[in-house]
Amino acid sequence: MTSPALQARGLRKAYGALVVTDNVDLTLASGCRHALIGPNGAGKTTLVGLLSGALQPDGGRIALAGDDITDMGAHRRVKQGLVRTFQVSSLFPAFSVAENLYLAISEHAGVTSSLFRVAGRQRLLLERAEMLIERMGLQDDAYRPVSTIAYGKQRLLELAIALALEPKVLLLDEPAAGIAAAEAGLVLDAIAGLPADIAVLMIEHDMQMVRRFATEVSVLVNGRMLMTGTPETVMSSEAVRAVYLGRAGR
Amino acid sequence: MIRIAQSALLSRHRFHWPEALFWLAAVAVYFLFPQYLAIATTVLIVALFAVSYNLAIGFAGILTLGHGLFFGIGAYCAGWIALLGWTEAVSGALASGIIAALVAGALGPFLLRLTGLPLIMVTLGVSVIVYEAANKASWLTGGDDGLTGFTMSPLLGAFRWSVFGDTKYFYALGWLFVLFYAVKRIVASPFGVSLQGIRENALRMRLIGTSTLRHLVIAYSLSAGVAGVAGALSAQSNAFVGLGVLGLDMTIDGLVIVVLGGIGTLYGALIGAPVYMLVKHFAQQWNPFYWMFVVGALLIVVVRFGRGGLLGMAQAGLAWLIRR
Amino acid sequence: MTIASFILLYGLSYGLVLCLIAVGLVVTMGLMRVVNLAHGAFAAIGGYLATGLMVQAAIPLPLAIVLAVVAVGLFSLVIERLVFVHLYTAPELDQMLLTIGLNFLAIGGLTLFFGPNVYPTKLPPYLAGSVDFGFRAFEIYRLAVIGVGLVVMATLIIVFEWTTVGARLRASVDNRSMAQAAGINVPRLFSLTFVVGSGLAALGGAIGAPMLPLEPSYPFKYLVLVLIIVALSGFGRIKDALGVSILIGITETAGRYFWPEASGFVIYVLLVAVIIWRRDGLFVRRASS
Repeated sequence: MTSPALQARGLRKAYGALVVTDNVDLTLASGCRHALIGPNGAGKTTLVGLLSGALQPDGGRIALAGDDITDMGAHRRVKQGLVRTFQVSSLFPAFSVAENLYLAISEHAGVTSSLFRVAGRQRLLLERAEMLIERMGLQDDAYRPVSTIAYGKQRLLELAIALALEPKVLLLDEPAAGIAAAEAGLVLDAIAGLPADIAVLMIEHDMQMVRRFATEVSVLVNGRMLMTGTPETVMSSEAVRAVYLGRAGR
Repeated sequence: MIRIAQSALLSRHRFHWPEALFWLAAVAVYFLFPQYLAIATTVLIVALFAVSYNLAIGFAGILTLGHGLFFGIGAYCAGWIALLGWTEAVSGALASGIIAALVAGALGPFLLRLTGLPLIMVTLGVSVIVYEAANKASWLTGGDDGLTGFTMSPLLGAFRWSVFGDTKYFYALGWLFVLFYAVKRIVASPFGVSLQGIRENALRMRLIGTSTLRHLVIAYSLSAGVAGVAGALSAQSNAFVGLGVLGLDMTIDGLVIVVLGGIGTLYGALIGAPVYMLVKHFAQQWNPFYWMFVVGALLIVVVRFGRGGLLGMAQAGLAWLIRR
Repeated sequence: MTIASFILLYGLSYGLVLCLIAVGLVVTMGLMRVVNLAHGAFAAIGGYLATGLMVQAAIPLPLAIVLAVVAVGLFSLVIERLVFVHLYTAPELDQMLLTIGLNFLAIGGLTLFFGPNVYPTKLPPYLAGSVDFGFRAFEIYRLAVIGVGLVVMATLIIVFEWTTVGARLRASVDNRSMAQAAGINVPRLFSLTFVVGSGLAALGGAIGAPMLPLEPSYPFKYLVLVLIIVALSGFGRIKDALGVSILIGITETAGRYFWPEASGFVIYVLLVAVIIWRRDGLFVRRASS
């Protein structure tokens, strides 16, 4: 039996007396589409931070395809195939869309230690950037500075950068949040079109998104994993409804 | 295919006409103003220093106010290498540059974890510490009197260092030409592109897997190496090393040249150097401090109007005139 | 008077002058998070003005100092509204370059009005002379500096810690956006703080003129020292600034007395070491700002 794409066991994180992540187990199989839901303040972003390496856990282990990465720094985890996107886009605002992508592609290709090749002549890398731009539908904005393009396109670019890194595990933090309905379609299509063999964990508040994309759902409440199951099981569960009391499951 | 022409970041390898203008002018100066070769040599050396400073601060985004330190280290090393008997110039300059680069490589992992104001202060502080130490350690540096008593053996075995300064001039020009294109190549490389990414958003670069600290240390060391060579050239052509090579003045000169020439381009430092040095030379003969006024005003204007420096503003002004 | 107490008092007078000059920067850097390398210029201008008024216009020293401080305060208000207001959101490189440019302007201007050489100060007769404390005489002038310095710093600390204005300032230093959301008029607070900080610097430059000689390069000359105090104190920590300044004053005095070769040196090594060691706790740029 092959190891799951990502496995976390007994993750714990506390800030003084405040326990933000309480003995959390999480398993992501290759190709899964796993939604992480829970009320505000449940600790979802912290959990993703622990998985991506932005935060150090106080306890527990994390394994990527069977290899223990608990002590690995965030940028090394990226090299191992664990990529994360953010709720608030972090891009290079002065550079164009194409340049943003090029940076990710060239880093992933490992050429950035090269001092004497000419970046503008790396045909393969430039072609790869071109392909990604077309695949994500960013052609119209390819050469405009990121600060000038629509917010929805920026979120799309964030996703494109993540894909440029050829991840094995992708952690998405509310990928479609805050995007105007008219632009959301592109992002949703992109998520639907994610490679079938990568494991995707999605933090979501929008139940429609969950129903549309997720094959499994985990519910996090007060730092503890309440339950994990298929979308139908989770959404019809009494315990989950009680937690979301007052919120009509959209 | 991605249209490179539309990407400033990916076309740094392109040739720009101001570069050609500079080299032609530099050669022309030899024929037209042979009596000014001494100051022209100084201009070339300062230009080289400015190019190195631009690599660190303009392309890598390393906010350092202490870059003169490496110029000084290069100068004293070159002086000592010659004093100890090794008077071959090219290898002496190369060795001095390497030593400066090694110092930067040692300091880098500590300094470059800092950004912003703390980095500015520490680089300034380190530079001042070394200046004070050099001042006190007169057995090593000659203190206020400086390091003297060394002469360089003929360049490449054939060209004597005449009092007329031709050898010195072309020696400096040769180094400037080679190192300018080396730095340009570095900036145009995937490494250089990722440096500029680090400058724009270091956090984002880490998120795509870049080891930002390592890249910054390498860039800092390369920049220090070039600055060290510039310092060595100064020592070799003046046959003298004074404390001034370590002073804040050197750093400020370099910084102003980089800013006035346009921080975003390498050739800006080339164009900026002669303009700045000549204005400084003549204005200081008029009144030493009035020109500070002019420089201060220029700095403020340039910062307010964008990174293109005076050259960029001139180009923008020209474009505006053409459009009318 | 023993050597130790002599050094203590001497260092105290020196440290208090440094404190007055630096404390404005400690607060404005904490509040505005702007890289302001031109702060020393206000101290220089204050010193020159006060000395000039006293020497050229025969105005009594206390009045000259007050006039100088007020003039610099008003001048700094103009500078703040015209220039600094654009810097608050600018990249750090721009802030650094622009304030260096301001420094140059100040140096050029000072040379224009006061000449390129050290501007000689003259102490009024009631401050000249010394008090005999036993084996060594101690200048009356320095005692006066200690007196004024302590009174001003005490007032400042009281205002900062125990008044409403002080509370608003502390809140804004801690978390600017939160303070703004709570209704504090932050831009006005910025201006006020800037003016007071510059005025204090001018006061320091004025009363410290015999100690820190007035020459056009003054703004750059003491830049490093002032930045050291800011670095070691932390943003907005007035009491720490007082302590650090006095410590530096005493250390440098002791150094000059016991170990003349290394003086000036030790301070900078301290700075570099502390900044590198405390880098996580120092100058944490808050995302909320």
